[in-house]
Amino acid sequence: MLLQVKDVTRAFGGVKALDGVSLSVEKGEVHGLIGPNGAGKTTLINVLSSIIAPTSGEVFFDDRPVHTLPAHELAARGMARTFQNIRLFPAMTCLENVIAGQHLVAPRPFFPRLFCLPSARREEKEYRRQAMACLARVGIEAKARFQAKALSYGERRRLEMARALASRPRLLLLDEPVAGMRRKEVQEVGGLIRSLAEEGMTILLIEHNMSFVMGLCSRITVLNFGCTLITGDPEQVSHHPEVIEAYLGVSEKFALNRRSDGSLWSHGSCARHFFYDQRGGN
Amino acid sequence: MEALAQFFAIYGSLVNFIGINAILALSLYLTLAAGQLSLGSAAFAGIGGYTAGILTMKLGVPFLLSLVAGSVLSGVVGLLIGLPVLRLRGVFLAIATLAFGEVVRITVLNLDITGGAQGLVGIPNHTKTWGIYLALAVVGYGIAKMRYSRLGWCFESIREDETAAKTMGIDTTYYKTLAFVLGAMLAGFAGALYAHLNYLITPREFGFSVAVDLLIFNIVGGTRSWYGPVLGAVLLTALPEILRGTGITAGPIRMAVNGLILLLVILFLPNGLISIFRRTGNNPKESAAAISEEA
Repeated sequence: MLLQVKDVTRAFGGVKALDGVSLSVEKGEVHGLIGPNGAGKTTLINVLSSIIAPTSGEVFFDDRPVHTLPAHELAARGMARTFQNIRLFPAMTCLENVIAGQHLVAPRPFFPRLFCLPSARREEKEYRRQAMACLARVGIEAKARFQAKALSYGERRRLEMARALASRPRLLLLDEPVAGMRRKEVQEVGGLIRSLAEEGMTILLIEHNMSFVMGLCSRITVLNFGCTLITGDPEQVSHHPEVIEAYLGVSEKFALNRRSDGSLWSHGSCARHFFYDQRGGN
Repeated sequence: MEALAQFFAIYGSLVNFIGINAILALSLYLTLAAGQLSLGSAAFAGIGGYTAGILTMKLGVPFLLSLVAGSVLSGVVGLLIGLPVLRLRGVFLAIATLAFGEVVRITVLNLDITGGAQGLVGIPNHTKTWGIYLALAVVGYGIAKMRYSRLGWCFESIREDETAAKTMGIDTTYYKTLAFVLGAMLAGFAGALYAHLNYLITPREFGFSVAVDLLIFNIVGGTRSWYGPVLGAVLLTALPEILRGTGITAGPIRMAVNGLILLLVILFLPNGLISIFRRTGNNPKESAAAISEEA
């Protein structure tokens, strides 16, 4: 068990964004986190990465409690993340963004640089090669010299992933990694996530693009109104009546149109089309 | 050679002031580099100046040692002030450091050991022009090299996005405090040099208007690189003399020209004068070259 969330609650004033959420992520799995807007997914990621503190409950990373640690120490233990609203360093170039992300793995000491030692030059060259490799991994190495703010939306998302990868994390938290991307880009990012998982990286991802989540994740947790609805494999989740209800609500029309097996995401189902149109994806 | 000697006879003190102002501007740059807007630099220069001045004058401490003592005391005060006030961001931090500056100025004004409003009189003149420019060269070189060390990347990351910096493992509190303390030490050092340049120093010379001037040096020159503040300090310190050369001597017009330059820079060169010289670098063909560059 790499990550374990136990009964986490987070209240903003009277609103309980998270209400007793429990969740566990195994080593090496791609774990999906889905739920309607306002279900508390991003709040959960923020709690996990210590951007905000939980009101109550515990988070264990590597079987050690981490919910009281500051964010940078959590990163030092091997957790990296991206943001739903993309937080790059806009005035830096792409390469510089990734270099900044190397903080934990590249010491870059001051004094060898001050005296222009050849060892510093060699080291720097190697770090820059690694940074370029991170950019190449997400497929934007051609944009290395571009300022981050000059990138397209999809490229920014990928740059943020490259920056997260630069610290060689064991757990990667992705908050809507393919939001606003074209179908081809979505496939590329899907392939990237799959290959990262094959290398042993554990990934927890939030995404609204259902075919993406269903095709990629080995297990999925569904949140609704700050509570865990169900954790299971894609098959179980997509057939779960409460999940369907949480996403679409229950109306006579859809109840009638729902296929007899109750599947929400099977081909040709009316609910599926409704769902996609709602999200504006693909 | 004769011409040079003549130049120094007329403009020697101006040349010295330019050097001191450049170091002071760099001290603020260190703090700005980590995204912290501080108006306390002048006060730190005052702490360094008075400390060093009192040490050499009243205790007979060697000049170099007094420079070290001035920077260290300034740094210690910077640490004590920085720990609480760096919880504030942006304009709130500016106001807190501004208040700190006033506290320092009024304290100095009312102490006996600092000579009160009359100032500290009789400080030995140890600071030489070559000393100032040697210090400026060392400080400038150090800051330029720091930019591509881990420290520099941390400062830059915090300035761009503090939350994102945290999630990449950067201890933002530590690095922000470090930037503040380093800035305070450098300001204290420049203040100590300044104290030994003149026969006397007064509290007024480390007041609010000086803090604002330092900020203007940074804004006009540009805070994206170490030579921006130096450029700003050189231009704006020399400006009165340049204006006098063109026949404008009146004080109020000088201030107006100062303001006009600031306005023009903010409107047309938001990244300061250095953005004239720097490439924007959005050329994909340069990508390959980027790997080996700036090592």
